[in-house]
Amino acid sequence: MSTTTNTTTRRLTMAQAISEATAQEMERDPRVFVMGEDIGKYGGIFSATTGLLDKFGPDRVMDTPISETGFMGAALGAAADGLRPISELMFVDFFGVCFDQIYNHIAKNHYMSGGACKYPLVITTGIGGGYNDAAQHSQCLYSIFAHVPGLKVVVPSNAYDAKGLMTSAIRDDNPVVFLYHKGIMGLSWMSYFEGSTNEVPEAQYTIPFGQARVVREGTDVTIVTLSQMVHKSVLAAEKLAAEGISVEIVDLRTLVPLDRASVLDSVAKTGRLLVADEDYLSYGLSGEIAALIAENIDTLRLKAPVRRLAVPDIPIPFSRPLEQFAIPQVDNIAASVRSLMTFKLD
Amino acid sequence: MEATSEQLLWMYEKMIEIREYEETMVKVYLEGKLPPKIQKGLAFDIGAGPVPGEMHLAAGQEPVAVGVCAHLRRDDTVVGAHRPHHFAIAKDVDLNAMTAEMYGKVTGLGRGKGGHMHLFDPAVKFSCGGIVGAGAPQACGAALAAKKRGTDQVAVAFFGEGAANQGAFHEALNLAALWKLPVIFIVEDNKYGISVEKSASTSIASNADRAVAYGMPGVLVEQNDAVAVFEAAGAAVARARRGEGPTLIEVKTDRYFGHFQGDPETYRPKDEAKALRQHDPIPALGALLRARDLLDDDADTTLRARVSERVGAAYDFGRNSPYPEPEDALLHVFAD
Repeated sequence: MSTTTNTTTRRLTMAQAISEATAQEMERDPRVFVMGEDIGKYGGIFSATTGLLDKFGPDRVMDTPISETGFMGAALGAAADGLRPISELMFVDFFGVCFDQIYNHIAKNHYMSGGACKYPLVITTGIGGGYNDAAQHSQCLYSIFAHVPGLKVVVPSNAYDAKGLMTSAIRDDNPVVFLYHKGIMGLSWMSYFEGSTNEVPEAQYTIPFGQARVVREGTDVTIVTLSQMVHKSVLAAEKLAAEGISVEIVDLRTLVPLDRASVLDSVAKTGRLLVADEDYLSYGLSGEIAALIAENIDTLRLKAPVRRLAVPDIPIPFSRPLEQFAIPQVDNIAASVRSLMTFKLD
Repeated sequence: MEATSEQLLWMYEKMIEIREYEETMVKVYLEGKLPPKIQKGLAFDIGAGPVPGEMHLAAGQEPVAVGVCAHLRRDDTVVGAHRPHHFAIAKDVDLNAMTAEMYGKVTGLGRGKGGHMHLFDPAVKFSCGGIVGAGAPQACGAALAAKKRGTDQVAVAFFGEGAANQGAFHEALNLAALWKLPVIFIVEDNKYGISVEKSASTSIASNADRAVAYGMPGVLVEQNDAVAVFEAAGAAVARARRGEGPTLIEVKTDRYFGHFQGDPETYRPKDEAKALRQHDPIPALGALLRARDLLDDDADTTLRARVSERVGAAYDFGRNSPYPEPEDALLHVFAD
């Protein structure tokens, strides 16, 4: 048998990578099955399950009624009874109709059982705005899931990471929330950041949780970011490089567990930090990273105050100029980095 | 389906065990919660004593638990609710570990992390929780797992009549009927959702009628009687095991104590509980057993002594077990 298959790579969209990771794990492990709204014939509204129904049939790729509480609860029950469900919440915004099952049961039952019961399940969900879908279909909300103890939270920025992280998610014995940004899935009907479509090995592989990735090395300013905002940060960094500002970009990849060491290492090197986030500003990810810096201030020599870019505590508006104002853009990132360079703290 | 002598005796003994468990808890629960040992000015302190926190007791509701669980095996799933002791005992949950859990001890089912509303015993596939209605979809998941395996286990969700007004209940019924899942939904109608009477919360008299809307059989058991529940549940469990899908059963039952211990019960007539006890289902089943020559005074005494020993041992175990180390609070957020 030739080994060339195992080393073959192709350019895949993030949607294709997620679907491939799921298919390969379903082939390997008969306990894995997928359920959710429009995940069968339609292949998932954001194409995360494309091709699975043809491969595995309706018993393992189950369209559900629009009953998120019903099928999230069923995912818990099936996981408790030895299966490994992948349960899709079409838009993360819909968490409001089923959050009881997620945060009161899926997240807590392992703990309340003193470790006696396990709930190996993955909740996949689409996040993010930028395509004028307004306040009920454009949120990120990963901080809410990360806030609740007992859920692992994965937020990939590109196809390669998505495949490895998804494989890890399915194999994890804990509940994992896997949030994919619609604007980097490589859909044929929504503009996306092309950096998210990249080379992906055909063979299975895993990426461990809690390991951030340095997307770009730099010396002047650290941008801590994730998901689609990684690509905006890269574009900003390219502009800034032309101006002589060297930016380091850290893609967190998972929020729970959080790779605090990589953040601290990078900030120790640059002395300047911008958190670029598409979630809401207050009480969320950017505050968490800022707190991490504050708690370790004795080991760092900051050259500027910490800066945060996020949705400024407003619902995501519909109209194009309003939405572009609400969600941080490449120019906002570049401007924030420039402003960090004006301080002379040390 | 007629109950065998063995099943009748089993139900009788389990009902006595549940009753003794709950009546013992009434006393244990009050320890340390009353003046003068508590903060001045308080009549009761919910967080004090060896068994702190809320306490929802099921005395009077025993027929629902034993009539259903008489048909279940260890590998069938039961998802209970916030008033779970009768289901747990009828499902043969480890009584010592369950009691230790209520004392918050490290030997408890959840090593002291769950308490009385959150009991998990995977050995007999039992779980329960404190959110009204939430267990119904979870039972569907266990039923789905059995169906996918191609095995004949069933899943039972028990909940109160108040839960039948939750979206989770309706979503679960639709899902179960749609996917023809081997699940049985049991509504315990004890007349009150805390203080609100069923007639003030529910648009129809019998939740069993709601089954029609989902294309499944709906059965109303009007007597708080173990044999009546047994017969209704038997048909439902057999139907589920045959792969014919779910059933909804509502049982009219009686709650002898308040919603929780310490409930002033101002919402019901003072002597209501006393009147309800006139129709106690335990002596009723005892009389049936005697009429069939399955029980006499000696056998009853022996049986009750056996139950007392079991319940007493469980309370001793709970009381005498060590607490977890405080730092154990940090463990078990995630599985390794």
